[in-house]
Amino acid sequence: MLNSFQYIIIKKEVELKRFPPLWAVNMNRINQKLEEDKKLLSIYFTAGYPNIDDTVSIIHNLENSGVDMIEIGLPFSDPLADGPTIQDSSTKALRNGMTSEVLFQQLKDIRSSVSIPLIIMGYFNPILQYGVEAFCKKCQDVGIDGLIIPDLPVDVYHLKYKSIFDSYGLINVFLITPQTSEERIRYIDSVSNGFIYMVSSASTTGATSGFGDVQTNYFKRIEDMHLKNPQIVGFGISNHDTFKQATQYAKGAIIGSAFIKYLTHKGVDNLERFIAPILAEN
Amino acid sequence: MSYNINDNGYYGEFGGAYIPEMLYPNIEELRQNYLKITAESDFKEEFHQLLRDYVGRPSPLYLAKRLSEKYNTKIYLKREDLNHTGAHKINNTIGQILLAKRLGKTRIIAETGAGQHGVATATVCALMGIECVVYMGEIDIARQAPNVARMKMLGAKVVPALSGSRTLKDATNEAMRDWINNPVDTHYIVGSVVGPHPFPDMVARFQAVVSEEIKTQLLEKEGTENPDYLIACVGGGSNAAGTYYHYLDNEAVKIIAVEAAGKGIDSGESAATSVLGKEGIIHGSKTLLMQTNDGQITEPYSISAGLDYPGVGPMHANLYRTGRAEFIAITDDEAMTAGLELSQLEGIIPAIETSHALAVFEYKTFKPNDIIVVNLSGRGDKDLQNYIDYFGL
Repeated sequence: MLNSFQYIIIKKEVELKRFPPLWAVNMNRINQKLEEDKKLLSIYFTAGYPNIDDTVSIIHNLENSGVDMIEIGLPFSDPLADGPTIQDSSTKALRNGMTSEVLFQQLKDIRSSVSIPLIIMGYFNPILQYGVEAFCKKCQDVGIDGLIIPDLPVDVYHLKYKSIFDSYGLINVFLITPQTSEERIRYIDSVSNGFIYMVSSASTTGATSGFGDVQTNYFKRIEDMHLKNPQIVGFGISNHDTFKQATQYAKGAIIGSAFIKYLTHKGVDNLERFIAPILAEN
Repeated sequence: MSYNINDNGYYGEFGGAYIPEMLYPNIEELRQNYLKITAESDFKEEFHQLLRDYVGRPSPLYLAKRLSEKYNTKIYLKREDLNHTGAHKINNTIGQILLAKRLGKTRIIAETGAGQHGVATATVCALMGIECVVYMGEIDIARQAPNVARMKMLGAKVVPALSGSRTLKDATNEAMRDWINNPVDTHYIVGSVVGPHPFPDMVARFQAVVSEEIKTQLLEKEGTENPDYLIACVGGGSNAAGTYYHYLDNEAVKIIAVEAAGKGIDSGESAATSVLGKEGIIHGSKTLLMQTNDGQITEPYSISAGLDYPGVGPMHANLYRTGRAEFIAITDDEAMTAGLELSQLEGIIPAIETSHALAVFEYKTFKPNDIIVVNLSGRGDKDLQNYIDYFGL
C-alpha cells in the first residue's frame, strides 16, 4: 500500500512525463541524455527494414537492451552518403512501403512507452516534399527530439530552416569529418545545440572497420578543441572494441551498418545479444 | 533579369549545393578556385590550344539545305558530332582535366549514361596520363557496348553501378560515393550541368565555346550573331547550356529545349522532367526532378541512354520556370524517325539524343525566313545497333 506522500510523488512523476513543466520543455531529451555521466551508445536502423512493421518493436528492444539514443532512418531512394548495407536496407524498406507518413503513423504512440531520445535521420528531399514545417510539426507531435539530415548544408539550415526547427523544439545535428577545417568546425559548433556527429573517416557508411592512428589523432584533435557541443562518433563502429576506442575521446558512438547486418542475419528479436557485448565493461 | 548564375550559386530559385559534409571540402576547393584558375592566361591558352588542335574546333556551322527545304525554313547544324570522340562532351572534360591538374589531383572519376562522357573523360585522362575510373549503370553497360570497349581501350576502369535503377542516376550516386571515400587525391569530372554548385556553372562555361562559335560563324554567314531559334536536346542539359550560354539574356533569340518523352508523357515510361518533375534535391542540386509524392526519386525511361535522367540542370529548371525557354517533349518513335531522316537527307547519322532535337521540325512550324541553329550534339555510331534493330534494317 502506498502512503499518500509516495502516491503524490508517483503521480507527480507521471504528470511530469505527460505534462512537463516549462524548464523541461526547453530541455530536449537529447540534452538531458548528454548530461548523464556516461558514454552513450546510439543505434541507427532503417525504418521499414527488415519488415514494414518492425519499427516500434526494434525501438522497444533497443531501449530495453540499454541503448541510450536511437536514430530512426527514413529511407531514401538515393542515399549518397551511405554504403551498400544501408543502401540495401533502404531499398527494401521502400519496397516494403515505408514513407514519411507511414513512419509517423507507426510512431504516434511511441512516447507512451519509450523515454530515450529519438532522432530521425533522413535525406532532405523526402522532408522537402512533406513540407519542412509540416515534417517538424509531426516530429514534435510524436515526440521526436532531433533530426540528422546529411545533405542539408549548415548555411542553408541557418538561413532558411533554423527558426522552424527551433519553434518545434527540434535539435538539428551536423556532421564533421577528418577533412573539415578548424574554422568550419568552430562554425558548426556555434550553430549546434545538441551534439556534433563526428564522422570517423573519409568514407560512406559501413566502409571501415577498426580505427588506426589517423582516426585516433583526429579524435584527439577534436577533443583538444574543447567545443561547446559534445561529439558522438559515427561510421566504422561495429563492436565493443571500436565503441571503446571511439568513446575514449568522445561522448558517445553510433552503430549503424553493423546493426543492420545483425538484423538481416538474426532478425529483430533478442537485440540484447548484439547490444550487451558492446556495453560490457571489458 | 539575368538567366545566368548568381553569386550564391543559384539560377533563380534553382541550384545551390545540397551536399553531405563529407563532400564539402572538395566542393569548396572547387568553388574557391574554378573562376580564378579558368581566368588565368596559361589556362585559357592551353584550353583553347587543345580545343583547336586535339578536339578539332571550331566545329562547323553547316547549313542543312535539304533538311531546310523539307521544312521550309533555314536550319543550321552546329556540328559537335565532328569533335574528337564524337560529341560535345569533350569540351567539358578538356576544361576539367586542366583544372584538376592545377588543383594537384592525381585520380579522376566520372559517371556516364550513354558512355559519351565516359569516353571523353577516359580520353583526356589518357592524354594527361592520369588514372581514370568511370561509373556506369549496369543496364547502360549492356546497351552501350561500343563505348564501354572504347573506355577500356583508353585505359579507363569501368565500374558497373549495381544499385537502384542501374542507370545514369545510380552511376552518379556511385561516383559521389567514390569521391566521399577519396577526398584528397581525386577530382570528379561531372559530365553535365548538374550536381552541386559550382559544377553546373563550371560545365556550362566550358561548353559555352559552342555559343561563342555560333555567334562568330553566324555573323559570317548571315550578317547577324543572332539566330531566331536555338534548339538543343536536354537530359542533364550540357549541350543545351553550351548552345544557349551567350544568348541567355538576349531575348531576341528564342530558346527551345527538347526532352525525351520516352513512350509518351503519360505512359509511365518517360524522362520529360519539366512536365513530370517537381522541385526537389537531386545529386546536390535544387532543381526539377521526377519523384514520388513521398520524395523518392523515380526511374526515368528513354530509348536514349544520354537523356535517361530524372532531373535536369538548375539552369534549365529556371529557363522552364521563367518561360525563357520553350520545352518540347519528343517520343522515342519521333526521335528515331528524325534520326533516320537526317541520315538520308544530309548524310549525317546523329546520336539518338540529338535525334530528339531534330524531331522538333515535325512538331513545330517555323517561318521560311527563320534562322534556326540546332546543336548536333553527337554522332550516331554508338547507336547503330539500336537504329538497325528499330527499323529492321
